[in-house]
Amino acid sequence: MTEALVCVRDLRIGAVTDSGRRVQIIKGVSFDIAPGEIVALIGESGSGKTTIALSLMGHTRSGCAITGGTIRLGRHDVTGMREGSRAALRGTEVSYVPQSAAAAFNPSKRIMDQVVEITEIHRLMPRAEAEAKARDLFRALALPNPDTIGARYPHQVSGGQLQRLSAAMALIGDPSLVIFDEPTTALDVTTQIEVLRAFRAVMDKSAMAGVYVSHDLAVVAQIADRIIVLKGGEIQEEGTTEQILNAPTHPYTRQLLDAFEPVPHVPASSPGGTILEVRGLCAGYGAVRDGEPAAKILDDVSFKLERGRNLGVIGESGSGKSTLARAIAGILPAYRGKVRFDGQDLHPDLAHRSKDQLRRAQIVFQLADTALNPAQSVGAILARPLTFYRGMKGAARERRVIELLDMVHLPAALRHRLPSELSGGQKQRVNLARALAAEPELILCDEITSALDTVVAAAILDLLKELQRELHLSYMFISHDLSTVEAICDEVLVMLKGKVVEALPAAGMREATHPYSRLLISSIPQLDTGWLKGLEQDPELMAQFIRR
Amino acid sequence: MSLPLRIPTPARLGYSFNWTGRIGLAIILFWAVIAFIGPWLAPYPPGEMVDWDYFGGMSGQYWMGTDYLGRDILSRVLMGARYTVGIALASVVLACAGGVLLGMIAGVVGGWFDTLLSRLLDAFNGIPSLLFGLVVVAAVGSSIPVLIATLAAIYLPGSYRFARALAVNVNTMDFVTVARARGEGFFYLILREIFPNILGPVLADLGLRFVFIVLVLSGLSFLGIGVQPPHADWGALVRENIEGLSLGAPAVVFPSIAIASLTISVNLFIDNLPTRIRDRSE
Repeated sequence: MTEALVCVRDLRIGAVTDSGRRVQIIKGVSFDIAPGEIVALIGESGSGKTTIALSLMGHTRSGCAITGGTIRLGRHDVTGMREGSRAALRGTEVSYVPQSAAAAFNPSKRIMDQVVEITEIHRLMPRAEAEAKARDLFRALALPNPDTIGARYPHQVSGGQLQRLSAAMALIGDPSLVIFDEPTTALDVTTQIEVLRAFRAVMDKSAMAGVYVSHDLAVVAQIADRIIVLKGGEIQEEGTTEQILNAPTHPYTRQLLDAFEPVPHVPASSPGGTILEVRGLCAGYGAVRDGEPAAKILDDVSFKLERGRNLGVIGESGSGKSTLARAIAGILPAYRGKVRFDGQDLHPDLAHRSKDQLRRAQIVFQLADTALNPAQSVGAILARPLTFYRGMKGAARERRVIELLDMVHLPAALRHRLPSELSGGQKQRVNLARALAAEPELILCDEITSALDTVVAAAILDLLKELQRELHLSYMFISHDLSTVEAICDEVLVMLKGKVVEALPAAGMREATHPYSRLLISSIPQLDTGWLKGLEQDPELMAQFIRR
Repeated sequence: MSLPLRIPTPARLGYSFNWTGRIGLAIILFWAVIAFIGPWLAPYPPGEMVDWDYFGGMSGQYWMGTDYLGRDILSRVLMGARYTVGIALASVVLACAGGVLLGMIAGVVGGWFDTLLSRLLDAFNGIPSLLFGLVVVAAVGSSIPVLIATLAAIYLPGSYRFARALAVNVNTMDFVTVARARGEGFFYLILREIFPNILGPVLADLGLRFVFIVLVLSGLSFLGIGVQPPHADWGALVRENIEGLSLGAPAVVFPSIAIASLTISVNLFIDNLPTRIRDRSE
């Protein structure tokens, strides 16, 4: 066996919190990376995966410090070095591909200048040579117009292209180790495939080793040779990709894998009449001229939702999913079309809807961080809809708040806390409880599980189903994640550029007939190492539907 | 829940100050008390010439020396506290209250109302502050209410701009959208959803504006349109005794110390507000 390229032994990283308390983030982690090997660090948020990846460059985020253990990279002892010599290492021996390429590029400099920057800082090669090398990398990463794309500014290329360009930036110094920090998390599924393919091709050709940080097992399965499962700063399980996927030994790994198994959804009860009917809905943003807004988003959307049933809406970013929810809720008044709720026509603008109409359809947003007022306690947040819709006061209201917290499985004492003192999953539960406080009949869920970890998201889905059984609710569930939609919805709308291209039963999503639905559904990564290699997509179809 | 017998001190409510903040608060309170009881503490009438020597040094009789007319500086500083602290505080509260309220309204309403108000106040902001003060006081005549109103008017547009920028950011947050979708009224949105979330920066801005107002007030007094003689605010005391500096007279030093201690302590206090008020979002 060859000697390991990276050797991490008993790594400990500590941090000091704002209140001066010391916490240990990484609690004695040891692993090796062989030359040319790609190792994935996988875990939920807060598991320390990014912290470990950054420490391989000798870097810690501000407030954190390596408190023990050793990191060896090639023949360099990263932990024993001075900061100056570490700087010489970065870019040449080890380099970093960040999660958000859009934030990693300077918007006021041309792409080429930024890609070759490493060669200039470390005086690796003359400028002309560096540019030629960059163009080779662009070609290897399957970027369009590799000879001229460097002359553009970051805003002139798409998100997926920018992510590949940031990989080119990391690869130009010929490092022996590349750190990928969730590089595809922010991308659409169809774009993700191209980026993953490009990464895979480049890494296969070169002898570079890689660390791939992700929370998505299916993505990792396509690219990594070995997987390290992390939780709470400790290694739970380590093994080859095949072994982790097919024969996990640790219960936590099994839990992660279980969250991927689509649980076929069984309708809670027989349908009881139409609760929501949307006909020819058109909505958009911008200045209104001749009754039509400047930027039209929704284009003639129609569907029906039966009471007690759930409707999924899928599509890529910019397809108008969220706009649809906003138009139904009246936050963005539709300029054409009708929304009928329980046989009653709703006014497009919520300002003209009655209090009772507003109460019966509630909307829950994706980011619980911004959906809860940071200045109000959980109790105050939940009490407001009670006062507003029901006129409840004092002890009765307090009792109801406790009941609501109990409904979403949170302890009653939580009502005295501020949102900032809750975890992501708890915030999303409070967010849901606020909608329940109004005693609605329909809840519009806008990507409510997308920002959560797999295991937490699965728990929220279970909660939604349980609430549906008890309270006879209907959900409109917007998501870009097909397995989530499969787990909770009865019917699915596929949206593209503001239009509904196909309506399908959730159980039969794999039998979609519209080419775009087929493309979208086939782009969802599968828990199978051979999936990406075996995936064949019609290039014409890709060109037709994907904004590159 | 049983009612615990505890006195709700700031610390127990989660509003505890660090020591720097406490020192700042102590000095502010000290000057506030002086502003109230200063006239009774003053050993001499502030406008009376009590010493035949001008720019006298510190002595047991005149603790802070005498000014260019032989008046007792201690008495004049004690009396000046009332003008400086009172006028500056009143104007800054008026300016910030008006600016923040208008800013939040404009930020939430948006559209033509926002554009109109913003351009109007921008235009107003373009008038040099001393010039504006000069014109107003020349037209209306100098009195304390006119001074307060003028200073408030000068600093309102800045406060408006600041609050509007903050309110626009908070207004796009989902929790405001949720409240709007719930059907909440306009003033609930502004006062309960938006205001608590811009309070920290607004208070910091208030501290800064307070210091500016003290300075402009001094400028107006120097031009003879501020506080009218024989009374004087601290700024005027510095200006009228500035020649004493070359004679080594303490007459100019003590009012300067008073101004410095007040302005610095206001900033100490504002910068060290309890985290619960300052960084609500964190």
